[in-house]
Amino acid sequence: MGNVMLEVNHLKTKYITRFHEDVYAVDDVSLKIEEGKSLGIAGESGCGKSTLALSLIGYYFAPLHYISGDIIIDGVKISDMKPDEVRKNVLGNEVAYIPQAAMNALNPTMKIIRFIEDVMKAHNIKMTKKEIYDMARERFADLGLPEEVLNKHAVELSGGMKQRTVIAISTILSPKVLIADEPSSALDVTSQKMVIRMMRELMEKGYIKSMIFITHELPLLYNVTDDIMVMYAGQIVERGTAKEMVFDPIHPYSKGLMGSIIVPESGVREHKLTAIPGTPPNLKNPPKGCRFAERCRYATPTCSAMAPEIKEFDNGRTYRCLMSVRKIREVYENGTEPGNETESE
Amino acid sequence: MAQNQETKQNPSEPKPCLSGRGITKVFGIGNKATTAVDHVDFDFNEGEFVSIVGESGSGKTTLSKMLLGLISVTEGEVRFQGQPRDISTGAKRREYWKNIQPIFQDPFSSYNMFYKIDAVLDDCLNMRGYRNASKEERTRLKDEACGFVNLKYAELTNKYPFELSGGQMQRLMIARIFLLKPKILMADEPTSMIDACSRATILDMLLKLRDEVNMTVIFITHDIGLAYYISDKVYIMEHGKFVESGPAETVILNPKADYTKRLINDVPKIYEKWDLDTVARK
Repeated sequence: MGNVMLEVNHLKTKYITRFHEDVYAVDDVSLKIEEGKSLGIAGESGCGKSTLALSLIGYYFAPLHYISGDIIIDGVKISDMKPDEVRKNVLGNEVAYIPQAAMNALNPTMKIIRFIEDVMKAHNIKMTKKEIYDMARERFADLGLPEEVLNKHAVELSGGMKQRTVIAISTILSPKVLIADEPSSALDVTSQKMVIRMMRELMEKGYIKSMIFITHELPLLYNVTDDIMVMYAGQIVERGTAKEMVFDPIHPYSKGLMGSIIVPESGVREHKLTAIPGTPPNLKNPPKGCRFAERCRYATPTCSAMAPEIKEFDNGRTYRCLMSVRKIREVYENGTEPGNETESE
Repeated sequence: MAQNQETKQNPSEPKPCLSGRGITKVFGIGNKATTAVDHVDFDFNEGEFVSIVGESGSGKTTLSKMLLGLISVTEGEVRFQGQPRDISTGAKRREYWKNIQPIFQDPFSSYNMFYKIDAVLDDCLNMRGYRNASKEERTRLKDEACGFVNLKYAELTNKYPFELSGGQMQRLMIARIFLLKPKILMADEPTSMIDACSRATILDMLLKLRDEVNMTVIFITHDIGLAYYISDKVYIMEHGKFVESGPAETVILNPKADYTKRLINDVPKIYEKWDLDTVARK
């Protein structure tokens, strides 16, 4: 058991819209990551993945608001700090964040080396320009990025190169936790592979101690992370190791997600893709019972009346469903129970 | 659908719907000239699901724009249903566009934000010659088209595009295609901005269009896994040239060109080991 790098207990955050309505995008999320481990977060668009990422780095600027829960990074509780304080003391050296649109994160009028100087200045690190340049050159070489990149402007770099440069800049202070929000979604498969490889190098060389990887591409998570967590409508519905989650999902929603995997391997053409019917619930007034009930093909009337609690096994696997594991396995083997077909949507 | 019955072909003798000979596109002149598409030949048959696969910058989108008639062809000939394509005047071009329609990558910028969704579907009906049809008839047709993509017209009417999610927008784009019933659908990365779950729905709908309307679908993608799942025939494109083509099973399970092997190797897998160390440094 390694040290716990990131611990989150019952975190709740909300958005306040301009019509003064509350949207609970992260609702009672608890998770734990140990040193040297990586966690993947999967889920549909709008299920709260990106909001969770922003909440974890303490980025509570309007319209995002903190309600309750703890975020502890390597023993330091950041959920009590003010957003500005977090930005100064935590962001960059404790936790780094790669946004979804990292391709557009670089100011086109600045050379890449200036961004690194900026990071040092923001964290009050006294170094001369020469020292910064040498350090940056060493780090870039270690990660397989050419030295010329430092003296280039962002517009001169290709999409994949820009993304890797952003990752290198945001991890220059060797943070304890790296939170990557869809770092490869806008790239083609070849550049995606290079980004993934670089993130693995960061872990192996010890520049980052743990990682959260957010994406909707499950085959990618399976290859990159140790554990996978599935989110639905602001809540965690299941967590397990990558292998368990892909080949033996418990929750009906995870099973639906795994049914949408496409890989170029023989036999894929024969099995039919299963899409989950319907749309996620509106988080302004989430359903009283199980949030997945109305789209779940195995749902019973009790599901929409009673909210399921998280159940945990000894090996750390958790899931949120009213049915017992044995019952779920039985239902999967027999197919759909008659009378509960909700395919029409 | 009397029209479909006529166009249905005996599968043993495929009829080329769109073909090209020596198609080339050069951007710029002199020593700044860049050849985006370099003498490609192809025959897309009627009712076939064709994929064009390549990485960014390989010329996929340039080729699709040329076939749509949005940019001029530098050299070579495009043949539509056996005849040379003629889009020299606006009227002829409009006539051509009745037969070929696109779905673009980004559903968020495919709509005019100032028009309601009804206007998008009304335009299609006008183009199909329902200009003087009764209101009930028009509503029935729009309802049918939305039903085809699992949307409810009653919920969409009087809404603006930005009130929909990305998946819904892209599905509405397919409803539009269903109304127009063109001979050819040019789908340029239609699923790359959509999450994996809605992606399955979109792909199913494209297959349904092919099966029900006997449409030729040209599917452009960088994800060889998608191409393998969905298409009959695959064309692999590298630097403006087709390096390999053939039935999806053959090309992807027994690739011959190095480039195809690399593309397959770059996609994350779950049953086999994904080899991260062999990365082509660009």
